[in-house]
Amino acid sequence: MSQDIDQERRQFVSVAGLAAAATVVAPGAFLLDGSAEAGSRREPAVDKVRYGMFIDTTKCADGCTECVTACEKENGIDLLRMPEGADPEEWDRQRPRWMRTVKVKDRLTGRVSNLPMMCQHCEHPPCVDVCPTGASFRRADGIVMVDRHICIGCRYCMMACPYKARSFIHENVDQQLSIAPRGKGCVESCNFCVHRRDNGENTTACQDACSHGAIVFGDLNDSNSEVSKVLREKDNTQLRADLKLNTSVRYCGI
Amino acid sequence: MKKIHYREWGIESLRYWGLLAVLGVFLAIGGLATLYMEHEGHWVTGMNNQIVWGVPHVFAIFLIAAASGALNIAAFGSVFGKKVYRSLGRLSGLLAMALLVGGLLVLVLDLGQPGRLIVAMTTYNIKSIFSWNIYLYVGFLAIVAIYLFTMMERKANKYYPAAGLVAFVWRLVLTTGTGSIFGFLVARQGYGAAIMAPMFIIMSFAYGMAIYLLVLLFTFKLDDRPIGDGLLMRLKNLLGIFVAAVFYFVMIYHLSNLYGTENHEYEAFILRDGGIYTTLFWVGWVFLGMVLPMGILFHPGSGRSRGAIVVASILVILGGFTAMYVIVVGGQVFPMAIFPGKVIVESGFYDGVNGQVLYYAPSLPEFLLGLGGVAVALTATFVGVRVLKFLPESLADEVVDPHHG
Repeated sequence: MSQDIDQERRQFVSVAGLAAAATVVAPGAFLLDGSAEAGSRREPAVDKVRYGMFIDTTKCADGCTECVTACEKENGIDLLRMPEGADPEEWDRQRPRWMRTVKVKDRLTGRVSNLPMMCQHCEHPPCVDVCPTGASFRRADGIVMVDRHICIGCRYCMMACPYKARSFIHENVDQQLSIAPRGKGCVESCNFCVHRRDNGENTTACQDACSHGAIVFGDLNDSNSEVSKVLREKDNTQLRADLKLNTSVRYCGI
Repeated sequence: MKKIHYREWGIESLRYWGLLAVLGVFLAIGGLATLYMEHEGHWVTGMNNQIVWGVPHVFAIFLIAAASGALNIAAFGSVFGKKVYRSLGRLSGLLAMALLVGGLLVLVLDLGQPGRLIVAMTTYNIKSIFSWNIYLYVGFLAIVAIYLFTMMERKANKYYPAAGLVAFVWRLVLTTGTGSIFGFLVARQGYGAAIMAPMFIIMSFAYGMAIYLLVLLFTFKLDDRPIGDGLLMRLKNLLGIFVAAVFYFVMIYHLSNLYGTENHEYEAFILRDGGIYTTLFWVGWVFLGMVLPMGILFHPGSGRSRGAIVVASILVILGGFTAMYVIVVGGQVFPMAIFPGKVIVESGFYDGVNGQVLYYAPSLPEFLLGLGGVAVALTATFVGVRVLKFLPESLADEVVDPHHG
């Protein structure tokens, strides 16, 4: 009799133990499940790919800011609010911009071009060279970005960037997107919508938004990619090519 | 040269504590300003996404440069064997450490994430001059502490020349690192010049010497200790020579810039059309910070007056702050040449439309943080001389014999 009870007790304990173990392990197992939408998120970035962008300024329309608006929405920049008591003019100088439009005129010929400016994702990025902690880094796939866990907010990268591509977060952040984490006192800039890369998507928000077809994004190392083809076809240039940074963003028509 | 006796700073308690209380007010206000800026974020400062380093960096870099310069007096005694300076070495080492701590505090407290200092101390990017500087600054404090120990502890005296040499070489490397923060920046027109490193070294000589002279005269005056005219003349002549050397480097920097067409616009901005920056350069840095003090120090009449030497030292220091402002802020407000050969006519992010300079108006909390750093340096110095034997009892000429090496 007592043996039967012991058997039952043992069975109960082992079933309960299994159930408890399943409760603890299951969520982890789901996380580890590489199927479905996890996509390339599980794969480390590799240098077989080099992401880059072609911008045709001849298609870029005067006064158009579609790309900028899309960038700010995609990366939660539009969620930032002016701090109470701030001077709107000063705040405008302090709020972050990952992308901006610029109109330039040739000093001699007077020829005007419109273009979007953002991080040029250099092969030899000065921002990465100067960063004391290594927070500013270049991924194997050519994307230059900031690890906001170890950025100490020294702004030396902003001093070093020849394209004025970086922004410092001057204020407290109360709303943000999980795909673009943001914190007061850290530096950030365009990262070619890196969350999309990690989700296996092929475009950037600015490219999708551009109704003029002025922006082409893709893998520069793949000779069959659209961006490689258009770069072969059309004359294009790097900004500040004299610095020999080998940028991943190339412009046509300036 | 007689044997030098050192004694703690013996001013009356009331005076001493009164002095610390005044400095304490600056420390408290500086602390509150820091809390305010860190709590709210940098939007409460005048800094923005164009001018990323403001007044705190002006103070921090000035103090760090002056720190290495303040150590020179000690080095003259040990490295160059000038016996007359040996008696001045202890204060020199103390002041160097105090100024560096003050400067570093300002630098760290202006970070966007000062709480992550531990990250900066443990995660290094070896290619960054900032990383090297972390080693150089911490190493400087350790080496000068050892150097001071070899001066003050009789049993360690035999290591004094070696420690002095290491400290002197280290200080030269340190200021090279500070100058290279700007020298290595190729992106901006005003920076990216190798001359920045030696220019910062010679600037550190001048500013460190000016601060040293003021602290020496102040502490001795309050404690009724004598300083001989002979010694003072040597010190003020050194200050004059250092200022002249800064003048030379500034001249060469701008002349070599003027030779290259690509720098003409930047030079026109600093030297002629830059408004407040041009005024600060000519009136603050060149005239008040260099020409006038040189005139005072080398004039046969005023050069002998202690009051005039004090005025000249203050002018050199003010000129030094102005110099840092022109370099740090002036170098940033001038728009970057992102599109050489073209002019930006419209921009969504303040790119210097039509060549217009960028905007920076320093805010009060930034100044208060900077002054807090100065207060830290002075407090550490005054507490140091009060509790330990840093100051010689007498620097009268018959004691130190300034005319014999």
